[in-house]
Amino acid sequence: MTSLTLKDVAVGDLEKIDLAIAPGEIVCLSGASGAGKSRLLRAVADLEPHGGRVRLGDTEQDSVPGHRWRHSVMMVPAESAWWFDTVGEHLEKPMPEALRALGFAGDVGNWSVSRLSSGEKQRLALARALSREPRALLLDEPTANLDDKTTRQVEAWLQSVIRERHCPALWVAHREDQIQRVAGRHFRIEDRRLVEVRE
Amino acid sequence: MNVIALSWWQLALASSLVLALAACTHFARLGLGGSLLIAAARTALQLALIGVVLEVLFAVGSLHWVALMGLAMLLLAGREIVARQKYRLRGGWSFAIGTVSMFISAFSVTILTLIAVIDPQPWYQPQYAIPLLGMLLGNTMTGVALGLDRLTESAHRSRDIIENRLMLGDTWADACGDFRREAMRAGLMPVINAMAAAGIVSLPGMMTGQILAGSPPALAVKYQILIMFTIAAGTGFGTFTAVAICSRRLFDGRERLRVDRLTQGGRG
Repeated sequence: MTSLTLKDVAVGDLEKIDLAIAPGEIVCLSGASGAGKSRLLRAVADLEPHGGRVRLGDTEQDSVPGHRWRHSVMMVPAESAWWFDTVGEHLEKPMPEALRALGFAGDVGNWSVSRLSSGEKQRLALARALSREPRALLLDEPTANLDDKTTRQVEAWLQSVIRERHCPALWVAHREDQIQRVAGRHFRIEDRRLVEVRE
Repeated sequence: MNVIALSWWQLALASSLVLALAACTHFARLGLGGSLLIAAARTALQLALIGVVLEVLFAVGSLHWVALMGLAMLLLAGREIVARQKYRLRGGWSFAIGTVSMFISAFSVTILTLIAVIDPQPWYQPQYAIPLLGMLLGNTMTGVALGLDRLTESAHRSRDIIENRLMLGDTWADACGDFRREAMRAGLMPVINAMAAAGIVSLPGMMTGQILAGSPPALAVKYQILIMFTIAAGTGFGTFTAVAICSRRLFDGRERLRVDRLTQGGRG
């Protein structure tokens, strides 16, 4: 079981950020558009330089090659990209139960990517990421393109996976009701600072 | 060899064909008349100048002058590679990558061909070395320019795909592997097409020139085959080297995609 720790992480205009996320904990991050939420996730995923220190358990971000870090600390972007022809080619291993829980039929692996809706792409991007068995998750608005019913379905599935796998998760969310349902803790970016929101 | 000498008035007669074409494009309002005339004038001037340079070089025949000529050709080709790219690497990297890859491939293949195959005495005899290097550099330059252009444009256009693959834990080489293969294909396709069509669809320029200049066709064919093979090797190794170095330069030490290292160039 590993926690995700940020120390003096600075991206864009944001002041230095310190944050620790426990194994299996979901920390929600909100803030105005352009506040720097996605950039913070990118920095934790080592896709942007940040000048601080990020640790997963005992492993420092810069002590392992970039691809190995990102295989452990995996970011799922708000808009996913697809490069093979079919869904199945993007999955590292078959995940029938996960795909069923996300509302897909058994033959989804044969579906053509070009025919997927934005909502289907978003759910399948989550399955694609989790098929690689990451140890921490960075979720950038993972339900932005989904209706209410599907949003609840995906939330429940993500919560169970994160709990079972003891993954620390940083989840960018806008909707207050969703934050209330999934967040262990909630932080908001205000005036270039990360502020904890307490009920 | 029976060479039919060409006089200046015969060249002027040929130029009238270009003038006629320029007039046609002008009346058809294609907007190409000026470019056509400038290109034709450049051809005549540049070839006349290189003719004078080659006459002097052939007369002197020393290794230093041949090497200096080769270096000038290499630097001009490097500049041409940069000019042909829509997106190029900042800080002179595109020029450096193009020049180094052409130097590695075109020069080594030329020297190898001179020493091991043609075997003139001395090996750098300008009548052989300069045309061979020119052919190789010209074709390698096209391959490298096409390969680099395709690679940098793909990285710019498909940034989301590359970054999504990085997010999933792919190495930088895997994340841009498809684009590297596309770039190699783009660079090598002209020379592969030229080899496939040689003698069936078209008679290659050098062979035609040799036959017109009075060489026996069998000898011209042998030289053409030699040139085709050396061009294929030079273009292939050059494009491979350029695409490998450029794709690595598109990522930093942490394997992050660095499209900020690209700047928009002149072609687009």
